[in-house]
Amino acid sequence: MRKVNVNLIVDTIEEMCIEAAHFLSTDMDHAMKNAMNSEESPLGKQILNQLQKNLKIAKEEMIPICQDTGMVVIFMEIGQEVYIEGGILEEAINEGVRRGYINGYLRKSVVEDPIYRKNTKDNTPAVIHYNIVPGNKVEITVAPKGFGSENMSRIFMLKPSDGIEGVKNAILTAVKDAGPNACPPMVVGVGVGGTFEKCAILAKKALTRQVGDHSEIEYIKELELEMLEKVNKLGIGPGGLGGSTTALAVNIDTYPTHIAGLPVAINICCHVNRHIKKEI
Amino acid sequence: MDKYLSVPIKSEELKKLKAGDYVYITGIIYTARDAAHKRMIETLKEGKDIPFNVENNIIYYMGPTPAREGMPIGSAGPTTASRMDKYTPVLLDRGLKGMIGKGKRSDEVKDSIINNGAVYFAAVGGAGALLSKCIKKSTIIAYDDLGTEAIRKLEVENFPVIVVIDTEGQNLYDTASIKYEKE
Repeated sequence: MRKVNVNLIVDTIEEMCIEAAHFLSTDMDHAMKNAMNSEESPLGKQILNQLQKNLKIAKEEMIPICQDTGMVVIFMEIGQEVYIEGGILEEAINEGVRRGYINGYLRKSVVEDPIYRKNTKDNTPAVIHYNIVPGNKVEITVAPKGFGSENMSRIFMLKPSDGIEGVKNAILTAVKDAGPNACPPMVVGVGVGGTFEKCAILAKKALTRQVGDHSEIEYIKELELEMLEKVNKLGIGPGGLGGSTTALAVNIDTYPTHIAGLPVAINICCHVNRHIKKEI
Repeated sequence: MDKYLSVPIKSEELKKLKAGDYVYITGIIYTARDAAHKRMIETLKEGKDIPFNVENNIIYYMGPTPAREGMPIGSAGPTTASRMDKYTPVLLDRGLKGMIGKGKRSDEVKDSIINNGAVYFAAVGGAGALLSKCIKKSTIIAYDDLGTEAIRKLEVENFPVIVVIDTEGQNLYDTASIKYEKE
């Protein structure tokens, strides 16, 4: 058994929340720079240029890239040989978020009840997904999610007979409907298979994949490339003001499913696709 | 085409702005988003006054991050405008002349924009650090308990926006994507 103290988890998550809000990950940064070169619309280019300036100011002056610093989504991959000591894990995770959002001057965007909507004033709680995995490490992925794009995400419970064409239509429908609301250029996370909730989690996790990496399943990799091309032919463009860069990536993950079903979830993220991974 | 606009707005200036124009705004604007809109509309229904006079003014749909010491404001980009659609026509009928946000508006809002000779502007979503540089001063004037959703009075200088829906109801989102659509 390897012991991991909760204080290390608190500190790590605090740092990760602050880092995610100010520094775009290298994969996203490259994708945004490449888009500047390939964008066909002059206005689209101008907007991508503004976004480059924005990223520069964010990191140099420590002003968050976007004022919506998100609701924090965390994937915890906990090695089964790890013993967490010194406190309760869930409380430690939320304490890290609390410190990150208060000490990092980040926006508190979480309300304690979906109907009565009183702000919790510290951006807690986070949405936490735990996985028990082999080994003695803890891998933490912090992905604070903005809601302009979250609100444009969709789930379709397709029929098996809808097949791959049904999946393609679902993706295009979600992106078309999202249009300018999701702050394009976007990243499209897709989950196919599993159950109702499983495909949604797959789609969320697909957003944390490095932009430029592809599925190891050959036909899914081809589908990702095909859908990226199709999405970029919609003409939505940067800021939704027309252009050839609507998405930077379409990441698709799959899972076995039931003989009667073909669930498809599309989780859309804006160009501020924050995702950081750390191993402790 | 690049244009300049000062607030409070003069109606004849607004009529010159066309969908697709790049506009730099200077003057006083007010922030309000979901919770502030809900409260303002409830206040009006009770027959009471709202915290600022919307006449000839602009509302910016925005909730900033907290300001660091010595800075007027934190990151300050636009939020999705459609969530305010339900409340907007009432404010337009009371003389509101401009809104800054991002994303689509409902047909009801578009009709109300035409009837009241107003304009809907978009700022670039996700450029909150850059946009904060055009905000020289920020003061909370009401609804402090709402935190980031409080109503703020902002002094802005050459704040960059794009006309999405103009006084005649021309909508840039409808036309822009068609131009770059393929197959």
